[in-house]
Amino acid sequence: MFYIYCPYCKEHREEEEFHAKGQAHIARPADPDACTDEEWGEYLYFRKNPRGLHHEMWVHATGCRKFFNVTRDTQTYEIKEVYKMGERPSIVAQDQNPTAAKQA
Amino acid sequence: MSEVLEPTKNKDALIAVMDQCPAEAVPTESPLYHRKLGTRGAGTGAATVSAGELNLLGHLVIRGNAEEAAFCSGIEAALGVQLPETLKSVEGDDVSMSWIAPDEWLVLCPLAKAFAVEETLRENLNGHYSVVNVSGGQTVVRLSGSNAVNVLKKSSPYDFHDSHFPVGKVVTTAFAKTQAVICRKSADTWDLVIRRSFADYAWRWLEDAASEYGLQVTVE
Ligand SMILES: [Zn+2]
Repeated sequence: MFYIYCPYCKEHREEEEFHAKGQAHIARPADPDACTDEEWGEYLYFRKNPRGLHHEMWVHATGCRKFFNVTRDTQTYEIKEVYKMGERPSIVAQDQNPTAAKQA
Repeated sequence: MSEVLEPTKNKDALIAVMDQCPAEAVPTESPLYHRKLGTRGAGTGAATVSAGELNLLGHLVIRGNAEEAAFCSGIEAALGVQLPETLKSVEGDDVSMSWIAPDEWLVLCPLAKAFAVEETLRENLNGHYSVVNVSGGQTVVRLSGSNAVNVLKKSSPYDFHDSHFPVGKVVTTAFAKTQAVICRKSADTWDLVIRRSFADYAWRWLEDAASEYGLQVTVE
């Protein structure tokens, strides 16, 4: 079971109160009409399934009903951070982010 | 659209408001009306849990931006209470206001006053906000007594310990596999806001959960 910190209720709650809502930070193409079928298909259907750090959305379903983001390690199930919608993660996988790797 | 509506302070032009409190000739039934709680006699043995419906209250859901000074002062002017902080509930004259989400609050008042409260809110609020009368959609069950907290503990994963749930706190959480807004009114008194469609189920759950402590059904 997860014990998840809701950034809106500002306290930890049982997993039972939440629903997982899949990969976070998926940007809708600005001009769908200009997309190739492949680009549109990628946007609609294809999701990451990483072994390691994953950024995903959760919703506090039986609480405040707000969506927020979670950075979670899919190997250890450890929740690394929780951040509000519209914010960017502070913890990213090294190989996914060459800039961060260079800085490190 | 043939014409563009200019947003104006004239609420009648934009929002249809109506008094949902029916005329006397129209019978009104609370969500637990059919349980006929008033006909229930005192339980056997010593009751350490009391439960009853605070029926036919006015329920108003308010949405708005708590970071907007005008919104906060409008609420205060209309209700006489300050916008409650996260997970807090505040009491005013005949009115209580509970935090539900960062941009959502629940106001409870006597049903006969609900329309007047809604109108006062609309007079004092401006811009991007919403007030919705949801009185018919939910009800309040009051749970009290020395063992009330133990009924809650086995019905919800939430931590009801004194150190975590002081008087005046309000949480929306999983309750009896459904959902309830739970507010601690005093050391031994808890109010549960329950959806109409779940009211019968939640009440039966409470009766079952409280039976081992001796349940006294109260009628307000
Ligand atoms: Zn929450």
